[in-house]
Amino acid sequence: MSIADTVAAPEATDAPPVAGPAAGAERVSRREPSAVLRMSEFEAAEIGGDPDDPGDDELVLLNMGPSHPSTHGVLRLMLELSGETVLRSKPVIGYLHTGMEKTGENLTYLQGGTNVTRMDYASPLFNELAFSLATERLLGIDVPERATWIRMLMCELNRVSSHLLFMATNGMDLGAVSMMIYGWREREEVLRFFEKVTGLRMNHNYIRPGGVAADLPADWRSDVAGLIEMIEPRLVEYDTLLTGQPIWRERLQGVGIIDTAEAVALGATGPILRGTGMAWDLRRDEPYLCYDQVDFDVIVGTHGDCYDRYAIRLNEIRESLRIVTQIIDAMPSGDYRIQDKKVTPPPRARIDESMEALIHHFKIFTEGFKVPPGEAYAAVESPRGELGVYLVSDGTSVPYRVHVRAPSFVNLQTLPHLMQDGLIADGVAIISSVDPIMGEVDR
Amino acid sequence: MAETSGTDDSGSTADTGGVAERYGALAGAEGPSRGQAVLHPSRDRWFGVAATARADGFDQLLDLTAVDYLTYRADRSLPPGVQPERFEVVAGLMSHARRERLRMRVQVPADDATLPTLFDLWPGAESLEREVHDMFGIVFEGHPDPSRILMPEDWTGHPLRKDYDSGQIPVQFKAASNTR
Repeated sequence: MSIADTVAAPEATDAPPVAGPAAGAERVSRREPSAVLRMSEFEAAEIGGDPDDPGDDELVLLNMGPSHPSTHGVLRLMLELSGETVLRSKPVIGYLHTGMEKTGENLTYLQGGTNVTRMDYASPLFNELAFSLATERLLGIDVPERATWIRMLMCELNRVSSHLLFMATNGMDLGAVSMMIYGWREREEVLRFFEKVTGLRMNHNYIRPGGVAADLPADWRSDVAGLIEMIEPRLVEYDTLLTGQPIWRERLQGVGIIDTAEAVALGATGPILRGTGMAWDLRRDEPYLCYDQVDFDVIVGTHGDCYDRYAIRLNEIRESLRIVTQIIDAMPSGDYRIQDKKVTPPPRARIDESMEALIHHFKIFTEGFKVPPGEAYAAVESPRGELGVYLVSDGTSVPYRVHVRAPSFVNLQTLPHLMQDGLIADGVAIISSVDPIMGEVDR
Repeated sequence: MAETSGTDDSGSTADTGGVAERYGALAGAEGPSRGQAVLHPSRDRWFGVAATARADGFDQLLDLTAVDYLTYRADRSLPPGVQPERFEVVAGLMSHARRERLRMRVQVPADDATLPTLFDLWPGAESLEREVHDMFGIVFEGHPDPSRILMPEDWTGHPLRKDYDSGQIPVQFKAASNTR
């Protein structure tokens, strides 16, 4: 068996021709020939073990990754190459799979945050937020207004830090190595603020069912204002360094193109979908938290190429800073977590005075709080797209099932279609522009 | 917001009448869950209801997962007429034009854990169905690439099943089958 045997062998599909995918998405809905190399690893290994056939040396099967600097972690791509052109490809994932959804079935709702926050480790607060919103929907509780605004503040800053990380790695992948340093530098300043508020740079477990873990420090306004003041001019520097540069544009424009119908059909969300010109942002289209009370623009592209996805993320940093500026003025006073003794622990001082408070404190941290039976889904707009959490409760304090709809996992499906008929070197730009976080892909 | 307010974080129940009117009879049973529109098609009608929803403007399949109800002790609170089975496959649909979500839940029996694939309606179902196949052992008939996705290809068992105990399975990576 050789690779040639597996190429372009149209399969007879016995699928009924009912209501197919959106018109125009025909390319991604084809079974064969497809951009996806639907070949098992063993099959690929079998072909790789075959002696070279001189008559069949036009197609090469190449593994890129799982340990490759441009694959952002442990993503492996099986590439079918003709010369330097990628014909078909298949992302092979699971190298970071640690069964986090299974783990979630053994942790209480209070502990669940520590588990999900490690999924998308570049934007941990969004994981916690989606998990908390789903839990609160099951509980049927409303969090206090201040908690909601603190969540918005922290998430928008997290979007900034996540996109700054993208700026850094995208620059690195494309040879703008100094950008790597600058992106990390600015991100670290944001993480320093997170450390001050939550105690940790990453994996905060700060947003919890019922509110947030702690109130903001007294001088948070000046800290956040300082961040905005520092980051805004740096974004102008990024423009000088990257956006307008002919080499940068040459490298990204027209590379990895996808249109709206294809992106929708493949389930893509976030900057990939918006890059095609579709203005879809859950913050605006399904307002959660208090996003209907702040003013911001949804950034869209026109060509659906790597450059659009880069430009969208760069400008989303600006929009997030715009939101943060409004939050500084609009932050209400009040409780940072719900005063429901069945869900949140009592204040420390009460424990010394009240036996009931001590019992509630003990119960919440040993047994956890019970959640009514049922199922619920909650979704937020993470920096990578729709991050959803589907929870099933059986009435105990431990979720029966925790499912995370990870945007990177679904977005990764666009990769073979973006890479088809491109060069391997462009493949690096494309992987980077999809911005997958393997922690949430593999979970 | 469209008819469903299933997306606000208030947890309140809301009017899901629009969806019920359009699909209620077709899907066999309909029951909102925490204000979110949910359909319970039978397994025979799974693809048909999905195709109808697709034609009705639900242009994106956002999520597809499964739940193993083997050890579920609480009341499943399924609508009348829906026979509870061990597995339940849950699909989340989105209509961008109406800003509306719809969830479809189908019962899949343990002794015949198969379901037709939704790949031909939404090609984005490919990875999601592979994950459900990998984690629960549910076979999606007609799937273009029915291989494991997260676990190694030679793995035995399906980790998210409730009778698959965590922490009691020795690491079972096998030696490479040949040289590469």
